[in-house]
This record gives sequence, structure tokens and C-alpha cells, in this order.
Amino acid sequence: MDPAGPPAPAGAAAPSPPSVATAELTRTFGPVIALSQLTVEMPRGVVGLVGANGAGKSTLIKVLLGLLPPTSGRAQVLGMDPVTDGLAIRQLVGYMPESDCLPLDVSATEFVVHLARMSGLPADVARERTADTLRHVGLYEERYRPIGGYSTGMKQRVKLAQSLVHDPKLVFLDEPTNGLDPAGRDEMLGLIQRVSTDFGISVIVTSHLLGELERIADHVVVIEGGVLQRSTSTADATQLSGVLLVEVTDAGPLLVERLRAAGATVVPDAAGHSLTVELAGDWVLDAVTDAVADLGVGLVRMQHRRHHLTEIFRPEEGARVPA
Amino acid sequence: MSRPEPVPATVPGAVAGPSPAGDDVIHDIGFRHYDGVRYGRPWVRRSLFVETVRGIFGLGRPARAKVMPWVLIGMLGIPPLIIALVVVLTGQTELPMSYTDYPSGFWLVVALFVGGAAPYCVSRDLRHGVMPLYLSRPMARSDYVVAKFAGLTLALFGVMAIGETLLLIGALLAELPPGDQLTGWLGGLLVCALLSVLLSAIALVIAAFTPRRGLGVAVIITALVMVSGITEMLIEIAREKDLTTLAQYMPALDPFGLIDALAVGILGVSSGREHILPEGALGVIPFALVWAALVAGCLWLLVRRYRKAGRV
Repeated sequence: MDPAGPPAPAGAAAPSPPSVATAELTRTFGPVIALSQLTVEMPRGVVGLVGANGAGKSTLIKVLLGLLPPTSGRAQVLGMDPVTDGLAIRQLVGYMPESDCLPLDVSATEFVVHLARMSGLPADVARERTADTLRHVGLYEERYRPIGGYSTGMKQRVKLAQSLVHDPKLVFLDEPTNGLDPAGRDEMLGLIQRVSTDFGISVIVTSHLLGELERIADHVVVIEGGVLQRSTSTADATQLSGVLLVEVTDAGPLLVERLRAAGATVVPDAAGHSLTVELAGDWVLDAVTDAVADLGVGLVRMQHRRHHLTEIFRPEEGARVPA
Repeated sequence: MSRPEPVPATVPGAVAGPSPAGDDVIHDIGFRHYDGVRYGRPWVRRSLFVETVRGIFGLGRPARAKVMPWVLIGMLGIPPLIIALVVVLTGQTELPMSYTDYPSGFWLVVALFVGGAAPYCVSRDLRHGVMPLYLSRPMARSDYVVAKFAGLTLALFGVMAIGETLLLIGALLAELPPGDQLTGWLGGLLVCALLSVLLSAIALVIAAFTPRRGLGVAVIITALVMVSGITEMLIEIAREKDLTTLAQYMPALDPFGLIDALAVGILGVSSGREHILPEGALGVIPFALVWAALVAGCLWLLVRRYRKAGRV
């Protein structure tokens, strides 16, 4: 539905308005505060929304879909207000629920065609787009069989397909990897990445596992108990603050001393011959090689490693990087 | 299916226009965007309505889902067909079963049909958690209720209208007076419509509160049969105790008795259930009020149910 129809894949780099923005968004259920003064912007591309169960992720999605009025504060989805423009938002947004949501006695084709019409597509377009979308998510001949006989992975694909069939500008994917085995998880994550890069549809994907989102998310928002903990671009978070793993054959403690003298932050491991050096700049690399050459020891490994998001979001443990 | 036609220029990855290398155009059938019209709530309601009606008759569902509705349609359609044949062949001067007697006479089959159809309409979506998929689309909760109610009502009416129409065709072929027959047929359709609206409302409420489909079927059929039986019993008891006025209004307790009373009051026909009903034009008013209150009450309950159901 992009009027300009840019052929370039819409990535995170495109300078476009955020897909979702909230300001002081609060939602309470009686005494329970589900969302508290949430002010956050989610850019286009893939945004990971991370939080434990009950952190307020689902409430946030409900508010953004216009199904639940906020107690106070405002939200904007694709530039529209969910309180007044809920219908218009739901026409341009897709949603994949976390829970089981598929009837078992119809085929994937039949069901997705129906839901495409329910999104406002004319009947013939609904048919055509259903076939296309099911193919894109990797369902082929089996799409004519009743959903009851599908594996979990296939059902997740149908759920994803129904959220994409009407060519939304933005999809909310609620725990799309739930219940999948590691291979299925990888495939689903790859698919989600394609939704953003190849299909040009912005994605907001929730998970309670930060680790799996770091692969695909351009931006990560962490909420806990309805409160915003962190909102970071993953590129900023993991690339600018890298670490260097160094392993030498001997004289580890001496190397640590030298590097510390040079001003580097060093964390040796228990054995003493492996160390992690904070990569504060290129000079750190030179310092390591110089020190190793001076000491005349063998350099086994010198590896640049990105921070894991899990480490970033546990700042008090961030310094202790396991070797 | 992707057709081998040229792809619109909005396709990501499609190199449109002549490239420096030549006039070749590479079509990458990637994800195609949609720039066309997106309809609003009326279309969405209509689509859900059509899907509901289709589903009730088992269309687009596995073969076993088609068995029950079509067996019952056969049970409702074959007797009028036989009656029509008998009238044509024996040259009788009137139909052995009147148009208004027909829904009363086959009330059990009608109850079975609605008992099977109503849970299909709503319990499936509740049981399998489909509601979030509907609610995240451009529609309101009330649209869902309206579409399901209209779908079930029309399906039920359609099934009974087939029987009515078969009776009419038989009567016309037997060259019975067309004017009278058409009036009778229209009266019969009115009764079927009143019955469809009432039964759909009641059955949908029961189904919406019993997410397990089999249970929903059992509860609806049991409720309709039991209410009917108990009402007949109460009417008998009231008559024996000489509570004549009470006995006259008691059919209002049973949906089928209520519709029968409305038919008698509005159309002036004789009771298909051999009830003694209040005399005069005013006698029908309480029955009409009960009908309206039941339908309104059930729909209110349904809307209330769906305010909570399907939390996203």
C-alpha cells in the first residue's frame, strides 16, 4: 500500500517516521498497572519487544490495535491515534497472536482467504494474495488440507500468513517462535527478517528471549512490569561496544599488567591465559600485538566479538564476560 | 497463484524499464504489494455473514461436516415433496398440511438443525481462539455478533422456506386456487421468519456460553426439546386444574408454542399444536411482546458475551 511504491527494500536505515510512538502511555486494570508512563518510539524495520510474561507486551499491542483505551497518555501507530482511528489502523496493520487461533476443520487456503476478506480485500484479490502469501511463508501443497493435520511449525506459518495477507504496513508478531524446535525457530526468524527486508513491512516482534531477537531486530525495546527499561538500536548496542578475546600460550598475567598500564580495561579468566579486552578503539589492537611481541609469547587467538544483548541489559554483569 | 503476467512496478526487486544492458526486464515475483481498494465494515460484515451461511451447510468444510445439515435438510424437504406429489396425483382439494402447520409439525428436525448449526457459528471461534484474528481486523465486536446472527437466521429460514415452497409448487401443480395458496405460502414464510429469528437468537446465546462444540449441540437440542415437553405438560396440568387463562398464555414458554400462537393470532389460522389460545386481536400482543423481549434479550447477552470474549 505504499503510494510511492519504492522498489528498494525498506530497511531500518530509511529515514521515515516511527511506526509506533507512545507518550506517557498508562493502562491500569483496577489496582494492577499494566503499562506505566511508557514513552517510546519504535522505528521502521524489525523492532524486538522484550519482556517477561506479564511485562505488559500484550497490553501494549491491544492498546496499539485500538482494542483497549489507554487510561492516560497517547499512542500513535503509523501516524494515527488508536483511540479514534482504530478501524483505519487495523486495516493497515497485521497481528499474529501468541496463542492458538486456528480452527482445525478448514484448510489454510480457505481460512486465510476468509481473513483476507475480513481485512477488507475484494474476493478475487483475497484469493490471489492468499496463494501468494502462503507460498512466501513456505506452505505449498499442504495448504489445501485441513489445518488440524498441521505441525506446530506449519500452524505458525499460517498464523504469520494471515497477518501479512492484506499487505499491511506494520505487523505485530506475538511470540512467533513459541513452541518451535531450534530448526523451526531459525526458519521463523529468517522469515521474519524477510518480512522486513524483502516485503518492506515493518515488524514489531515480542519475545521473552532476548537472545533470539538480537539476530534479527534492528531495534530492541525492553519493558518490565509495564515500565520501559531500555530502547536501543541493536547496531549501536552491539557493534560500537565490542570486546576482544585474547588467548596466549604463556605469561597471561604479565600481558594483563601491560595492557592495564596502557589504559585498557582487561578481564582475565581463571586460568590466566585468556583475557577479554574492552575494545575502546583501534589502539587497543596495537597495544595487544605490541605487548605480545615484547613478551615473546605465542598468540593463540585474537577475536573481535560483539556484545550479546543479554550482557548489555545486565549492566552490573556486563564487565564479567565469560571467556 | 502467481500468474505469469508482468508484475506491477511496485514489486520490490523488479527492474522496471530498459536496463543499460538492453531491453530485458527481470521480473522477480517477490512479495507483491497491494494498492487497490480496501473495503470497510459493511463488506467485512457481509463476508463474515456469507462465510457463516456457507459453513452451516458444510461448504468449504470436510465431507463429514456436510452430512448432518444435509440429512436434516432432506428430512425437512422430503415430506413436503411427498405431500406435494400426493396432492398432485390424488387431486385433493386442499393441502393435507397447511403452510403454518409445517414448521410446527417438523419442529424437532428444526431444533436439531439449529442445534447443529449454532455451535458451528460461534463455539468454533471461541474454542480455537479465533476471536483475536477477527478483532485485529477493521471491524467491531458487534459486527461479529450481527453477522453470525444474520447468517444463522437466514440459513434456518432458507431451509424451512424450501419446504414451504415445495408445498406451494405441489399445490399449484394440483391446480388449487393460486390466490389462496400464495397467501398461505406468504403466511407460512412469515411464521418461518419469526421462528428463525427467535431460535437463532436463543441457540447462539447457548452456543456462545458453551465453547465445547459437542456440549453446545447437546445443550441446545436438550433445552429446546425439554422446554417444549415441559410446556405441553404444564398446559395439560393447567387445563385440568381449570386455570384456562393461564393455559392459554402458557405456550409463550416454548419457542415453538410461541410461534404457533403468533401464527394463530396474526394470520387467523388454526393452531398447529392444538393449543387453545386467547381470543381476539389483543390476545396476540403478549405473545408478540415475549417474542420481541426474548430476541432482544438474547442479542444483548450475546453482545455482552463478546465484550469479554476473545481477549487479544
